[in-house]
Amino acid sequence: MDAVFLSRIQFAVTTMFHILFPVLTIGLSLYLVVVEFLWLKTHQELYYRMYRFWVKIFAINFGVGVVSGIVLEFEFGTNFSQFSQTVSNVFSPLLAFEVMTAFFLEAGFLGIMLFGWEKVNRRVHFLATCLVALGTILSAFWILAANSWMQTPVGFEQVNGKFMVTDFFTAIFNPSLPIRAGHMVLASFETSVFVVAGISAYFLLNKRQVELSRRSLGIALVMAGLFSPVQIYLGDASGRQVFHHQPAKLAAIEAHWETNTHGGAPFAVVALPDMREERNLYQIVIPHGLSLLVTHSLNGRVQGLKDFHEKDRPNVLILFWAFRFMVAIGFILFFVMAWAAFLWRKGRLFDHRPFLWTLLIAHPLGFIATELGWVTTEVGRQPWVVYNLMRTAEGVSPIPAGNVIWSLCLFLIIFPAIGAIYFFYILKTLHRGVDLTSPIPPIQRPVGMRPFKSGGKSDSVMG
Amino acid sequence: MDLIIIWACLVALAIILYVVLDGFSLGVALLFPSARDEDERDVLINSVAPVWDANQTWLVFGGGALLVAFPMVYGVLFSALYIPLLTFIFGLIFRGVTFEFRANATRKRPWDRSFFLGSFVAVMAQGLTLGGFLSGTKVVGTCFAGGSFDWLNPFSVTVGIALIAGYILLGSTYLIIKTAGSVQEWAYAKAFRSAMVVLGFQVLVTIWTPIHYPSVLTNWFSSPRIYFIWLFPLLGLTAFCGLMKSLKTRREFLPFFCSVVLFLAGYLGLIASIYPYAIPPSITFKEAAAQHETLRFTLWGVIIVLPVVLAYTCYSHMVFRGKVGKIGYDY
Repeated sequence: MDAVFLSRIQFAVTTMFHILFPVLTIGLSLYLVVVEFLWLKTHQELYYRMYRFWVKIFAINFGVGVVSGIVLEFEFGTNFSQFSQTVSNVFSPLLAFEVMTAFFLEAGFLGIMLFGWEKVNRRVHFLATCLVALGTILSAFWILAANSWMQTPVGFEQVNGKFMVTDFFTAIFNPSLPIRAGHMVLASFETSVFVVAGISAYFLLNKRQVELSRRSLGIALVMAGLFSPVQIYLGDASGRQVFHHQPAKLAAIEAHWETNTHGGAPFAVVALPDMREERNLYQIVIPHGLSLLVTHSLNGRVQGLKDFHEKDRPNVLILFWAFRFMVAIGFILFFVMAWAAFLWRKGRLFDHRPFLWTLLIAHPLGFIATELGWVTTEVGRQPWVVYNLMRTAEGVSPIPAGNVIWSLCLFLIIFPAIGAIYFFYILKTLHRGVDLTSPIPPIQRPVGMRPFKSGGKSDSVMG
Repeated sequence: MDLIIIWACLVALAIILYVVLDGFSLGVALLFPSARDEDERDVLINSVAPVWDANQTWLVFGGGALLVAFPMVYGVLFSALYIPLLTFIFGLIFRGVTFEFRANATRKRPWDRSFFLGSFVAVMAQGLTLGGFLSGTKVVGTCFAGGSFDWLNPFSVTVGIALIAGYILLGSTYLIIKTAGSVQEWAYAKAFRSAMVVLGFQVLVTIWTPIHYPSVLTNWFSSPRIYFIWLFPLLGLTAFCGLMKSLKTRREFLPFFCSVVLFLAGYLGLIASIYPYAIPPSITFKEAAAQHETLRFTLWGVIIVLPVVLAYTCYSHMVFRGKVGKIGYDY
């Protein structure tokens, strides 16, 4: 094992651990904006209690997200210093802008969001929530801009092996940015509202805090109903964009070996691709399917993987299956929402137990799909770190493999431990349920508040 | 003014802001084991809970600014200091997760330990990083060409220990501002003791640096440096006297201010000693700088965004000004 391979594994481990948390941070902050908006608008205490409950989950999640994220900025230097030094002129301002416009914003107002209840009034608190949510989205924008530039690099010229910027605007708004950023932000929204829905469904199944859980679930389902079809559309657009800009990646995702010279390219629904023999050992195909999907015509020409030199091909087996599972999850979530719409029309949304069970079981699917999506896009970029221009192997630091073995081992011990503890405290918070009794700070109480009555506790609720 | 000099100042500013701001958060954590009971530890952690994340963000900004302006420094130093830097990150991870985990825990003891140990490891590793940086880095072409443990020597270990004392000073003087009654009295005592240790270490490091790293001495006595280099120890000494006096007279804000000036004096003295080298002993800021266009473009971003950041950071500190209570961590 060499430093190149180990550094790649370490970066994969650290990013795949890290991304789980921002996904929920991005989506949950939007959910909190909606809930607090309802609290401000309706003066219903119910929404205040809901906010205070979900913000606990948000806070635990945010903490782990922050500390696991710092690792990544350092790894650009510790493990991929050659990459950093070569592309920095174009690449690094995007990271700097992420820190300036997003991280500071999140960190600056998170304090008020979590601890400011007695210090600021309702409007300022709502503003803080909105700014934190804005920060999370800006962060996603910049990091996707940086990553998309690595996928579809533009706006520079190469001088003596170094990337020199010619136009920042072009580099930032590179061809793959809009769809990829949209796809990722929406993935975060969708994943998070399914998490809220799953947890609320669990409460309903156990008949705990029924009214509040219904409201939580209702808001989550409305949001999920909006997101899930759009995400399928963006996924399709994303695929066509890959076809356009990264043909080798698309061919590998689809295990498509031969360019179709006459007739349409078939779509392999399942296949067992073999990279050495350059064919699929076993497959079930839909004739013309691939042409139809990426070119929107029956016989559109789709370049096969054999058109690319062997050392320029990414791993077909991983890509083929990671992509398919991701797409499957996208459709499952969509069909769950179709079912929800059907139940809603029949007025049985909140007491149909099989549906609530389905929500509970489906709640981690968004995370899995997001990870698979990143596997698809990052493994698909290989063997390049900057697509078609710089190989990943050329980007690593001049350090011995021993260094990386040391740090990788520590990550492999620390991250699962932190993940387990995180999970434990999330479950504990859920188990404690919603706090209905703590007095509302006077500065937060609106005139004409509509108190929340639930199962005889209404008196103590007033505080 | 020259873009490269502006950026060198910006990176330096980000680093000192990080050192001072996260320094007091880490310092508070370093005082954790000597707090007398769990209530006191609650006060300690609540004093930094609303601001630690924003403070730590200056580290991320410093890293980003370094990558933008001096990619070669970033690449070479991060490869050279692989082990202390990642150890530093591991420490920060444990420190960072403690805030939320401890707040949710029934048994707080394990998290008290992780808060202290994470911070201790982070500070020690920071010191080793600084010491390793000052010890010099072997560069061939534009790449790091030394060994994995070049940073480890008695000098860097001493810098690590000195930094621990320094952060305890920052932490305890910060606590003087944020607490009252017996906790504040306790913080005064800690501040007094750590100030003595800090002074000792500052003298030691000031003498040791030119011995360890001879070109610093030539730097000091070369024109024009000879005319102002003595200002920094003088500033440090003034700050120390001010600190002692303000601790004795039980002033609340002044001790923290003097501690910051003490740090600043040491920091500026260091910069003045190694300038114009960005990677001692061979690579200058000019050689390591990024493309002109990159510096210009990002500087515009800094000029527009950073004042806004500073404004709302101040606002946030304003919101949480005043003494912390025992049960502040309740959201």
